[in-house]
Amino acid sequence: MTQKPKLAMYWASSCGGCEVALVNLNEKLLAVDAHFDFVFCPCLLDTKKSDIEAMPDRDLAITLFNGGIRTSENEEMARLLRRKSELLIAFGSCASEGCIPALSNLYSKADHFRTVYLDSSSLDNPKGCVPQARCTLPEGELELPEFYERVHHLGEIVDVDYSIAGCPPEPHQIWKVVEALVQGAQLPPKGSTLGAGKSTVCDECARRKENKTIQKFYRAYEIVPDRERCLLEQGIVCMGIATRDGCGALCPQVNMPCTGCYGPPEGVLDQGAKMVSALGSVLDIGDYKGLTEEQMTEKIDAAIDALPDLTGTFYKYSLAGSLLGGKS
Amino acid sequence: MMKRVTISPITRLEGHGKIEIFLDADGNVANAYFQVPELRGFEQFCVGRRAEDMPVIMNRICGVCPEAHHLAATKALDRLFAVEPPPAAKKIRELLYMAFYVTDHTTHFYALGGPDFIVGPDAPPAERNILGVIRKVGLDVGKQVIACRARNHHAIKMLGGRGVHPAAGVPGGWSKFITEQERKELEQIAIENVKFAQFTLQVFESAVLKNTAYAEVIHSDVYHHQTYYMGTVDKNNRANFYDGEIRVVDPEGRELLKFRAADYFQHISERVEPWTYLKFPYLKKVGWKGIVDGIDSGVYCASPLSRLNVSDGLATPLAQAEYERFYAAFDREKIEGRYQPVHHRLATHWARLIELLYASERMLELVHDPEITSQEVRRIPTGIAGVGVGSVEAPRGTLIHHYEADERGILTRVNLVVGTTNNHAAIALSIKRAAEKLIHAGHVIEEGLLNRIEMAFRLYDPCLSCATHALPGTMPLIVNLRNGEGEILRSFRRDD
Repeated sequence: MTQKPKLAMYWASSCGGCEVALVNLNEKLLAVDAHFDFVFCPCLLDTKKSDIEAMPDRDLAITLFNGGIRTSENEEMARLLRRKSELLIAFGSCASEGCIPALSNLYSKADHFRTVYLDSSSLDNPKGCVPQARCTLPEGELELPEFYERVHHLGEIVDVDYSIAGCPPEPHQIWKVVEALVQGAQLPPKGSTLGAGKSTVCDECARRKENKTIQKFYRAYEIVPDRERCLLEQGIVCMGIATRDGCGALCPQVNMPCTGCYGPPEGVLDQGAKMVSALGSVLDIGDYKGLTEEQMTEKIDAAIDALPDLTGTFYKYSLAGSLLGGKS
Repeated sequence: MMKRVTISPITRLEGHGKIEIFLDADGNVANAYFQVPELRGFEQFCVGRRAEDMPVIMNRICGVCPEAHHLAATKALDRLFAVEPPPAAKKIRELLYMAFYVTDHTTHFYALGGPDFIVGPDAPPAERNILGVIRKVGLDVGKQVIACRARNHHAIKMLGGRGVHPAAGVPGGWSKFITEQERKELEQIAIENVKFAQFTLQVFESAVLKNTAYAEVIHSDVYHHQTYYMGTVDKNNRANFYDGEIRVVDPEGRELLKFRAADYFQHISERVEPWTYLKFPYLKKVGWKGIVDGIDSGVYCASPLSRLNVSDGLATPLAQAEYERFYAAFDREKIEGRYQPVHHRLATHWARLIELLYASERMLELVHDPEITSQEVRRIPTGIAGVGVGSVEAPRGTLIHHYEADERGILTRVNLVVGTTNNHAAIALSIKRAAEKLIHAGHVIEEGLLNRIEMAFRLYDPCLSCATHALPGTMPLIVNLRNGEGEILRSFRRDD
C-alpha cells in the first residue's frame, strides 16, 4: 500500500472555530480522511510533540496552522511545524493576520494582567498575585508558558507558504482547497491566499447599490436598515468594500454589516487604509460652497464622530498584520 | 525524594491544560495541580471597543460555543442600552440556542464522553473512540450523528447568518425575522432532533445502564463530590438555558441563593493562583476553603448535572419523564419541591442526554409558537444605561458577561465568568481524587490512572481547549514520572 500524504492541523492561541469549520465539511470529512494520513490536530490523534520532533524534516505534506502566537509555547510549535512541513498554511484569520484576539496589541501585557487578575468586578486576590512563568509551591516547581507582550500572526514568526482567509474559513472554501490539493492542481505563487476570491465582498453581495453618497453615519443598533439596499449607502459602516470575497456575503444577508473577517482584497496591504479611502469617497458633507475651512472641518468631524473606535472597526481582524501594529 | 507525575493531555502542546501530581516521600499523592496555561485577554482588549460589537467579538472566545457568548453578549447589550427586545426576537434567539445545544451535546456524547461508556471504561483505548461507538451500536448511527450536526448547523446559519460565529445579535432584538418557509424547514429539523434524542437515550439505556459493570463505575465513589450546584431556572423553577434567574442549591438540595445575573458579583468571587492562568470562582456566602468539597466549601459546579440538581423539573413532557427516571435511579428523595442532588459526576453524561431531549422538544415548541414568524424583531434603543450584565446557560455551565460603557457606548470595563471556569475547582477535585485512588506507595496503576483522569476531565466537557471536544477521537495522554529535580525517571503513554 502506498503511503498517503500526511496532513496535520494544529491550533495555537485560538478559539477552536477553525476546527469546527473543518468538521462542518460533514460527510466530506470522510473523503479528506481517505486521501490523507490524518495526523490532524496533534491533540486528537495520537501524535505528541516528541513524535513530531522525531519525524524527518518536511515529512508532513501539509500543515494547516490556526491560531495566533501569544505564548512561548505557541512560538515553539510554530517553529517545529515549519521545519517538519512541506507546506505550511496559515489557516484562518488568527494565523493569517492576527484576527480579533490581536486587538490585544492595543494594550500591554501588564494592562492585561492588571485587568484580569487585580482589578475585575468579581475578584478575591488579597495578596495581589498574578500567574508566574515559574512558581515554587511546597511540593515543587510549576511552570507556565510565557505570555508575550503582543499577539503575532504566523508569518511574523516563520515562513508561511499560503494563507486561507476567514474567521473561520467557510467549509465550502476549505473543501475547494482540499480538492485542489488532492488533485495535485498547480498551486498559485507562494504567499497567495487560498479559498477565497480576489475581489471584494460587495461583488458577491445581493444588495442593491444606487451609488448614493452618505450624509450621516449610523451605528448598527441605531437604525433598522432596508433589506434590499447596500448597507454602506444607508450609512452603516459595512466593511464589504474593503474585504476579500469568498464567504458569500453572509452577514449582509442577515441585515448586518460585514466586519471584515476575510481580510483585505487581493493587492491591498492595509484593510483599514482601504476602508478610510472608501469612506472618504462616499461621505457627502453637503453644500460646502461659502464655508470656511474651519466650518468644513467641523462638518467632517461631526460625521466622523458618529464612528468611534475606528481602530477596532477597521482593523478588527488585521491589527497584528497591519501597518498600524498597535501599541509598541 | 518528592516525585512528580506530569499528565499532559496532548493539548498541552497547544497550551490548553496540564496536570501535575506530586508524590510525597512515601509515594502517595501529596497534591495535584490542574493548570490552564493560557490567557487570551478579552476582558482587557474589549475596553475601548463599540458596545454593539460585543456579540461578534465575544464569539471568538470559543469557536465551539460561540452561540453562548453571542447570546450572553446580546442580552448584556439589551440591559446596557435599556431596551426590551420584542417577544419574537427572544424566541428566535432561544430557537437558535436550542439548535446549538442539540449539536453540541450530540458531539460530546458520541465523539468524546460517550466512548468511555458505550465501548466501556476498561476496553482497549484503541476502541474507545467514535469508531468504537459506531462498531458497538451500528454504522448507521455514525451517519445519524453527522446528519444531526449538519442539520443543526444549517439551522444556526439560517438564524444567525453564519455556521460558526453568528452575526445577528443586536441590542433590543435580532437582525433577522423568520419566513414561513424557513419555519417549516426548522420544524422538520426539530422533529428529527426529538427522534434522535430519544434514540440516543435508548442507546444509553441499553449500552450503559443495563450493563452492570458500567453502572458500577457511575456509582463508584471516585467521582462522588458533595458540592454546591448552580444553574438557571425559569419562574416556575424549571431549568432554562436562555433566560431566568441563577439558582444555587447546597449539597443537600436546599436553596442557598437565587439571584439575577446582574447581581452575580455579590455572590461569586474569583481566586487567583500563581500557577495557572485560569481563576477559581467560589460562592462568597460560603467562602473559599481551598479545592475541597463539602457543605463548608464554596466550591460549586455548573454543568448539565448541576442544572438538573437545581431544578424543580423540566418544562417539556418527554424530558420531564426522563428527569423523574434519572432521580429514581439514584434513589433520591424530594426536598423543597425537587430531588436531592445526585453527586455522582459521571451521571453528568446521562444528564446531558436528558438536556438533549429537552432542547429538541423546546425547539419544536418554539417553531410552533405563532409569534415566531412575527416581523417585529427589533426595538431601537433610545438611551444608554451604562451597565449591562447578560447570562445564559452555556452547555458547560452558567456564562456571565458584564459590560460598562460611557455615554457614547464605548466600553470602559468588561468582566466575564465563563462556563468552564465555574467548574475549575470541581475538575481539579475529581482529578486529585482519581489520582489518590490509583497511586499508592509509589505504585502507579498506569493504564487505570490515565483512563480515570481522562474520564474525570471529560465528564465536564471542559472548554479550555475549545476544540478538544469538537472533533472525533480520544484525548491521548502522556505521563512523565519525575524526581524532585524534575528529571524524567520514566515515561509512558496511552496509545490509541
